Amino acid sequence: MNTQPQALPGTPTAAMLRTLGGVATLSGLLVVLAFKLTLPRIEENQRRATERAIFQVLPQAVAQRAFTLTPQGLQRARPGLAGEVIYAAYDAAGVLQGLALPGAAQGYADLIKVLYAYRPDCACISGVKVLKMAETPGIGDRVSTDAEFQNNFQALDARLNAAEDGLAHPIVAVKHGSKSEPWQIDAISGATISSRGMAKALNASAGRLLPQVQRQLAELQAAGQETLATPGKAPNDRSGG
Amino acid sequence: MLPNQQEQVTLDTFLRGLWEENPVFVMVLGMCPTLAVTNSTLNALAMGLATTFVLVASGALVSLLRKVIPKQVRIATYIIIIATFVTMVDYGIQAISLDLYNALGAFIALIVVNCVILGRAEAYASKQRVGASVINALGMGGGFTFALLCLGTVRELLGKGTILGLHILPAGFQPWVVMILPPGGFFVLGGWLLLFSWLRQRKARNARKTVAAQGVPAHGR
Repeated sequence: MNTQPQALPGTPTAAMLRTLGGVATLSGLLVVLAFKLTLPRIEENQRRATERAIFQVLPQAVAQRAFTLTPQGLQRARPGLAGEVIYAAYDAAGVLQGLALPGAAQGYADLIKVLYAYRPDCACISGVKVLKMAETPGIGDRVSTDAEFQNNFQALDARLNAAEDGLAHPIVAVKHGSKSEPWQIDAISGATISSRGMAKALNASAGRLLPQVQRQLAELQAAGQETLATPGKAPNDRSGG
Repeated sequence: MLPNQQEQVTLDTFLRGLWEENPVFVMVLGMCPTLAVTNSTLNALAMGLATTFVLVASGALVSLLRKVIPKQVRIATYIIIIATFVTMVDYGIQAISLDLYNALGAFIALIVVNCVILGRAEAYASKQRVGASVINALGMGGGFTFALLCLGTVRELLGKGTILGLHILPAGFQPWVVMILPPGGFFVLGGWLLLFSWLRQRKARNARKTVAAQGVPAHGR
């Protein structure tokens, strides 16, 4: 403000600084207050939304635990740990039922974010839930509501190749009605780009995560009993879905 | 109301925002959220209430500080104040419901640049006492919420056959998907604007007729 030559007389810089400084300080205090007050509720909401999605794609599971895939290997998820978070889901006996893995790819309007279930026993994808998307209502958004399209994900082939460093067959979306292989996704007619987005999300994520997951299966399985025994992670919150 | 004059708080201070100076239907301000997030009744209601909170809180604070804010930095100060309350609303909505937060998306943060709020701060709260500012902001917020609900209910009803998620229209109804897409916002807004300006014109015509009937010469027709 000092550089302004035509500063009006009678309004000292000090007054402007005082007002702006005061208002900014007040603003900072209010924002921090609101953040602190709402943080526990927001975290709880996020945890519940994730848990609901996990149990939706793996309905046979009763307990889940989050892990982080780090370059050093599998670690218990904790705040601040860099890496992709995956969820292992267990039944009442502590047997690993499957994994809930995150995926994302560009759809028609914006990124489509999904959580999908991978079952090691059949090496297949057994369910997909769209977490976030902006696809056209009534057209592209049918990827999350269309029952016929969802049937693609009852047992979508996601076997690893011989070297165990990628998928044996890439997951692809094919024209409506022309699905012939178990790793293909029968696209929704009229929503091809959204369907392809789903396929791309699954293909990229499975190709990247499944080789790592495969190597850690024993550890993931071993964590099952412990997860059931841990209080607080009790299999209670299964509302909704 | 004359500028720079303290207004007496009357019922009109509140009602003006609802009808006579309705921010959407009369002043045609704040079109961005009006068109963007009225694809369902719930979204419209949430956006209306969030905007009302920001209007009232920023109106009160601007009015409280009106004598210490130098004229040269008043807009910057208003924006800081408005942005503060918008950020608080943003956290609040995340705490209430993540689904709602995802549905409203970037438009919560964009309340900062809603001209209804900055307009109220500049044209009213910066000149009036706290009480009058709060009442006026409540009326404006109410009018904004009312307008958003007008759009939201019609768009949800025609676009999905539901209101607040409850099925209203018979099951055989084929939803007009265009109504919940962006063009539907323009169609419905146009329809409401037409209705409200027709009502206003009719009122003015009736008033002229009454005046003419009482024998006072009316202005040329």
